[in-house]
Amino acid sequence: MTNMGKRRFSLPTLLETIAAWGLAILWISPLLYAFWAAFHAGEYAIHFDITAPLTLDNFREALSQAPFLRYGFNTFVLVTMLLAAQLVVGTLAAYAFARYRFFGSNVAFALVLVQLMITPEILIVENYGTLAKLNLVDTIVGIGLPYMASAFGIFLLRQAFKSTPKELEDAARLEGCGMFGILMRVYVPLARPTYLAYGLVSISHHWNNFLWPLVITNSVETRPLTVGLGVFSAPESGVDWSIVSAATLLSVAPLLIAFLLFQRQFVQSFMHAGIK
Amino acid sequence: MTVSRDLMRHVHGWLLLTPAAILLIAFTHYPMVATLIDSFYSKGSAIRPSRFVGLGNYDSMMADPIFWKVLVNNMWFALGTIPVSIALAISMAMLVNQTLPGRSFLRMAYFTPTILPMIAVANIWLFFYSPYIGLIDQIAGWFGLPGHNWLGDPDTVLPAIIVMTIWKEAGFFMIFYLAALQHIPPELREAARLEGATRWYFFRRVLFPLLMPTTLFVLINAVLNSFKLVDHLFVLTKGGPDNASNLLLYYIFESAFSYFDTNYAATLTVVLLALLAVMALAQFFVLDRRIHYR
Amino acid sequence: MLNRFLKKLAGTAAAVALTAMALAAPGAATAKTDLTMYYPVAVGGPLTSIIDGMVADFMKENPDVNVKAIYAGNYNDARIKALAALKSGQPAQLSVMFSIDLYELIEQDAIVAFDDVVKTDADKAWLKSFYPTLMENGTTAGKTWGIPFQRSTIVMYYNKDAFRAAGLDPEKAPATWQELVAAGKKLTKADGSQWGVMIPSTGYPYWMFGALAMQNGQTLMNGAGNATYFDAPATVEALQFWKDLGEKYGVMPKGTIEWGTLRKNFLEGKTAIMWHSTGNLTKVKTNAKFDFGVAMLPASKRRGTPTGGGNFYIFKKTTPEERVAAMKLIKFMTSPERSAEWSMKTGYMGISPASYQTQKLQDYVKGFPYAAVARDQLEFATAELSTFQTGRVRKALDDAIQAALTGAKSPAEALGEAQATATRLLKPYK
Repeated sequence: MTNMGKRRFSLPTLLETIAAWGLAILWISPLLYAFWAAFHAGEYAIHFDITAPLTLDNFREALSQAPFLRYGFNTFVLVTMLLAAQLVVGTLAAYAFARYRFFGSNVAFALVLVQLMITPEILIVENYGTLAKLNLVDTIVGIGLPYMASAFGIFLLRQAFKSTPKELEDAARLEGCGMFGILMRVYVPLARPTYLAYGLVSISHHWNNFLWPLVITNSVETRPLTVGLGVFSAPESGVDWSIVSAATLLSVAPLLIAFLLFQRQFVQSFMHAGIK
Repeated sequence: MTVSRDLMRHVHGWLLLTPAAILLIAFTHYPMVATLIDSFYSKGSAIRPSRFVGLGNYDSMMADPIFWKVLVNNMWFALGTIPVSIALAISMAMLVNQTLPGRSFLRMAYFTPTILPMIAVANIWLFFYSPYIGLIDQIAGWFGLPGHNWLGDPDTVLPAIIVMTIWKEAGFFMIFYLAALQHIPPELREAARLEGATRWYFFRRVLFPLLMPTTLFVLINAVLNSFKLVDHLFVLTKGGPDNASNLLLYYIFESAFSYFDTNYAATLTVVLLALLAVMALAQFFVLDRRIHYR
Repeated sequence: MLNRFLKKLAGTAAAVALTAMALAAPGAATAKTDLTMYYPVAVGGPLTSIIDGMVADFMKENPDVNVKAIYAGNYNDARIKALAALKSGQPAQLSVMFSIDLYELIEQDAIVAFDDVVKTDADKAWLKSFYPTLMENGTTAGKTWGIPFQRSTIVMYYNKDAFRAAGLDPEKAPATWQELVAAGKKLTKADGSQWGVMIPSTGYPYWMFGALAMQNGQTLMNGAGNATYFDAPATVEALQFWKDLGEKYGVMPKGTIEWGTLRKNFLEGKTAIMWHSTGNLTKVKTNAKFDFGVAMLPASKRRGTPTGGGNFYIFKKTTPEERVAAMKLIKFMTSPERSAEWSMKTGYMGISPASYQTQKLQDYVKGFPYAAVARDQLEFATAELSTFQTGRVRKALDDAIQAALTGAKSPAEALGEAQATATRLLKPYK
């Protein structure tokens, strides 16, 4: 790294800097456009005039046309509930796989991994039928249920638990901890980075999930932001980019702000989740 | 004593696994089997109950030009998105792995599409692609180029969708490469420099092979995504014009929830499951190789 | 002592009983009927708040009925959601759904005919109070299943300023296909900054095509919903004309034209003429910064347009009380006063002659004559494409239209294939 500093003003680095910035601007241009359209009146949505007056009308309009606050609340309930369930279910299963060589554990683990490939969105048709039988269509629990056991989460946590030194467990056992005591006092605290990583990945995935929630929700009371936005901005009704952009920003704001504030954690979490 | 402790181990193991097992069986394994069974029955309605038709649905599927079209589209979609997003991801990772000015901004910019919902950004891309009034055509206009109907022309609609998908995915894949690059000892580059290797040579002969396990991992993910990512079709094209941008999962959705033909949708899902099974086997061997690298 | 205690006790008991009765009484007297209704929105503007407002007014007038109106997205979503809710046993007593969902709903045994719900002669007369053309999509097998609500036709919006600039008479919109082509040629600018005409071909291509076919003297399907005429010579000719607008006459962009962004294109002056739903009228009126006109669609052999939009349906799984309440709601929403108000706010048409007799709509039409174009065009209108297996049949036609417009297939070839598909799909319903 240090020798890079010496080459700072060399031609290749300059070219790379230009390329990197060009790419970056290209990459955030949709977001930049959304900001532009959302804060300007409709006639400037497709005309770029730097002197155009700023306005909040589009947000007011979007909020009056669709209950985005309610959608946001639904999404919040969904991701919190889902993450809590995923962590509990995943921790227990991962603990079993990491520390119990029980009968059939290898086959069971292979069956868990099937879900890495065959994710619930591929099985929308049958899962819809199952939830209808359970009378859970159009409920927030229904959106979350197929995702509550996450093969990805189980896999990550199992890796983390496996790397926990056995001596710590033995020490805890000598102190009289039971099965759950050991799990809660030794394994879970040591796996904190994995929990954080998985949590962020899970939240951003489910905040943005669309197809399954679209299928399973029918009403304002259950619709998450993505479906609400999809329903609101369906091109059939004639696209009004100013209002759609405002609605889009409203929908992504919580996650985007969290991302900007905790950028490093986000990136590191995705990395952490990726290399395992 | 030991026998009972042994037994307790099995019991505890299974008890811990039970919640996950129930959920996974209910929402992954059972529906896979049910899909297969449903694909042997005809579409049912209140007037005409569903009945066993054997391979009837498969016959109609084979004769269904739309099925073949979405399959071919899916293939082009995968071929179009995967190599470019991987190449871009590697470039991005290498760019932000050095001390360029504004490195953290660059990293954030590349990564941002990952946390934006596809359905939300699709509307913005609709503006980019919109003929005559859209951003691309406006910019083309500055250079005196004529507007083009990007989403209305069967030759450009799939590439347009592909470009958007690359935008969405490259930054996500970059993360994995970034992680891999940070595990590569800096001495390697130093050594290569001392030996007078060009940067391209260094990349081709040292870096890229070292990144191979990551590439394979990303590749599997990218192939999976090429089957799962259909959200943007709801806004951008609805699979049109004339199915030029229709993809398998979207067609499954249409069959099940627009035409209420869950049985035909099940038949299509069986094909999707079979494709994924093939890839699961591929991944099995790939993961095997990754372990050898470690 | 004991006596006093007993008295007190009796008093307390009486008080308790009275309170209990008082508490129970309102419930008993006004046993509320709960209605859940799904509705779609397919055009721009704050339609949800207009509907919410109308529903609130209804509940004020009818405190014994509690209506939950759920905005379900586009027409397709509304049907999916309502049927899904019914299948999974969730309440839904009535819905506004696509008028062309009729056969699908009958096949799913989801709806009840209004003939079986209406009892009094007044009700029967009410059934006849709407424009007959608007009833076509709601009737089959001699029964009425749908009551018109948010109904539209296709009209031609044109930019009068552009007409003037091209030396055309702004008060005389093209009335025939030849005039359309001639005007289009004058209006199309060589540099592509303005096109002559745009007819949208995504979203609802079959609907636009229904207009072209009708103008060429051909309907697309029979009244029983089990036969289509996609490969009739006049149908093929109509598609050829649509394609020619782009390829031969060069007055319309080639390829498909996006339904959702077309209004913006028109408002931005990128096209001098657009064909679109009357449901966009108010939005165009509010946002156009130029002088615009609205006219009936031009004629080939005759004028023609399909009707479009949503009807009220009552679901089968309803109690008699719920049906009574649902009828009340539907009558309220389709009353001349409400229909007039709805028409003014959205651009959708008034659904009964009586609605155009109301003072406010008469005044409105006087000030803004284009509000009546859709009504005047009704005499040339026909039902929108609707058959059994509607989704699939529609898709076959949509794909054929797009294939022809994008040049992948010739109109005859594309429509021949669509007809073959439709025939196969409809065979069981003969």
